[in-house]
Amino acid sequence: MSTEFLYFVEVLINGLMAGVMYSLVALGFVLIFKASGIFNFSQGVMALFAALTLAGIMEGQVPFAHIINSIFGTNIHHFGWHVPAVLAIILTVFVMIGFAWAVQRFVFRHLVGQEPIILFMATIGLAYFLEGLGDIMWGSDIKTLALGLPQGGARWLEDATAGLGGDDFYGFFIDKLDMVATVVAAVLVTALILFSQYTKHGRAMRAVADDHQAALSVGISLNFIWILVWSLAGFVALVAGIMWGAKSGVQFSLSLIALKALPVLMLGGFTSIPGAIVGGLIIGMGEKVFEYMIGPMVGGATENWFAYVLALLFLVFRPQGLFGERIIERV
Amino acid sequence: MFYREAGDFKTSYAEDNQTFPIKFDRYRYWFVLAVAFLVIPFIINDYWANAIFVPFLIYSIAAIGLNILTGYCGQVSLGTGGFMAVGAYACYKLMTAFPEVNILIHIILSGGITAVVGAAFGLPSLRIKGFYLAVATLAAQFFLIWLFNKVAWFYNYSASGQISAPERFVGGIAVTGPNTEAWAKYMVCLVFVTLCGLAARNLTRGTTGRKWMAIRDMDIAAEIIGVNPLKAKLTAFAVSSFFVGIAGALFFAVYLGAVEGGEAFGIQKSFLVLFMVIIGGLGSIFGSFAGAAFLVVLPVALKMIGVDLLGWPTDIVSHFQLVVVGALIMFFLIKEPHGLAQLWRVIKEKLRLWPFPH
Repeated sequence: MSTEFLYFVEVLINGLMAGVMYSLVALGFVLIFKASGIFNFSQGVMALFAALTLAGIMEGQVPFAHIINSIFGTNIHHFGWHVPAVLAIILTVFVMIGFAWAVQRFVFRHLVGQEPIILFMATIGLAYFLEGLGDIMWGSDIKTLALGLPQGGARWLEDATAGLGGDDFYGFFIDKLDMVATVVAAVLVTALILFSQYTKHGRAMRAVADDHQAALSVGISLNFIWILVWSLAGFVALVAGIMWGAKSGVQFSLSLIALKALPVLMLGGFTSIPGAIVGGLIIGMGEKVFEYMIGPMVGGATENWFAYVLALLFLVFRPQGLFGERIIERV
Repeated sequence: MFYREAGDFKTSYAEDNQTFPIKFDRYRYWFVLAVAFLVIPFIINDYWANAIFVPFLIYSIAAIGLNILTGYCGQVSLGTGGFMAVGAYACYKLMTAFPEVNILIHIILSGGITAVVGAAFGLPSLRIKGFYLAVATLAAQFFLIWLFNKVAWFYNYSASGQISAPERFVGGIAVTGPNTEAWAKYMVCLVFVTLCGLAARNLTRGTTGRKWMAIRDMDIAAEIIGVNPLKAKLTAFAVSSFFVGIAGALFFAVYLGAVEGGEAFGIQKSFLVLFMVIIGGLGSIFGSFAGAAFLVVLPVALKMIGVDLLGWPTDIVSHFQLVVVGALIMFFLIKEPHGLAQLWRVIKEKLRLWPFPH
């Protein structure tokens, strides 16, 4: 095998892994969109918020410390304890459930029956709100997540594959964290599918997604299901936040990955969980390969826009995405 | 008691169709124009111009542009920042390539160039609708900014990658460059705002505007009654981008003087203008002004209260600003999805009956 081809394969694999990370964010979008028709722009910020909360709890930070200090002239910052990772994750899940309840209670309950575009804009507002809140609660400095996730390239894989190419090929360089993310994503998707197929609440969730009013008439509580869905999305956001946070630190730019998840969704279709995965893989692979092949010719950094343009071109030919429900328009 | 139609007889169709059917409103309109043109330029100073008036006027143009597209034609766009950048870079290239031509013409031309770019990015709107389109316009945003950062021709191969406006004069008075007086900046923007406002108002109540609104309300039905969706959508994209391009050119040449593409016209700018339109009121020219005023004044006011009054550190106040803006948007969407413009309409209705509501 030629070295060039091997490099290409390496780029491809890394692209696939990056795609998994996008899919993690896209999953949360799909969950909420299916169940409530809300296109949740704030999913990325939820990931950021969840990661910030996790980091804050683990380090024993006092929430709102900065603002309390400013008002009362005190100087508090930490409780002085360190919470073990597992406990911190459970606490964060509770925070996200509380958040789901609050969102449902104070915002979207009042917006039932509004046009989808109004709901979408409300989630943009929510994204701003949450971003500011996260910064006020935990401070805006970059945090590291010390969860003990493996970092760096996988040496054994490099060593194992070094023999494939010529002398100037050193084996595939693949981030260990990306591999963990892939496994986590697979587990998460399996769990979500099992949940929605085989449990009572999962079935209720699908019923709501199918038809709100019919679900209501057979005695399913819409309110409960929506809180459940937002909690699930919050949990998915937490997982995405952990993975991305471990990769590049918990900081503001995390919320921007949400924007990357949008073309993933468009490609896969807004209503399909497998679509979110496949879309993520295509986008991740596509942008890495494009950057590798075409990038040097046009000055690089094509990753900024490639995903959007790809999705745009794709949509012109298939407006509902790969796995989306067929759009039927009636007057 | 003075806010009445009574006694104000209309004797022609033109009078019947005028923008302000009530005499008081007409006087108020002329009064506002008179104050804006004849009073403010003489008392304005640098702080007021740079912190409030000039950004307010420029964002008003951008908001009118986006309102035409989103509010009147129903096509949500997240690419406003990118189109503003097109206006800015077009203006820069024109200014440096043809220094002898009047800057005002350059600004209008950059609007025209942006209109062409906008129409091109509007083409997919014929196939893609709703959210899908909103996300597709992100392609415009990111691609255009990337293009301006990567192709050195756009910033004349300057080492910093920035573009900075050379000094240009209108009637012997500097309107761009570092030596511009506050009132000159203000006047240039004001003239453009007035013209854009008039143009937008008259476009939106004529045939073109009605077609846009028909497309917004239901595109298939509009098509059946004979509105050409291709023409309607593309004109909406072109006209909207024209305004946004002018706003971008003014933002760069008159307001900031030197910009770096990704920083000044990033995705945040797109959201800011979108928020102005939402808070102000979708489908209302007055709403565009109200929303722009609101979101320009809000940070200044918050900063005054937070930093100067309460003595909080600036970073907390800027985070607080995010929270307040986000909460306000949700609040407005819940309480008044039609924005400040609707509040204004309600007040006017009440005024008509005041003091004897029946």
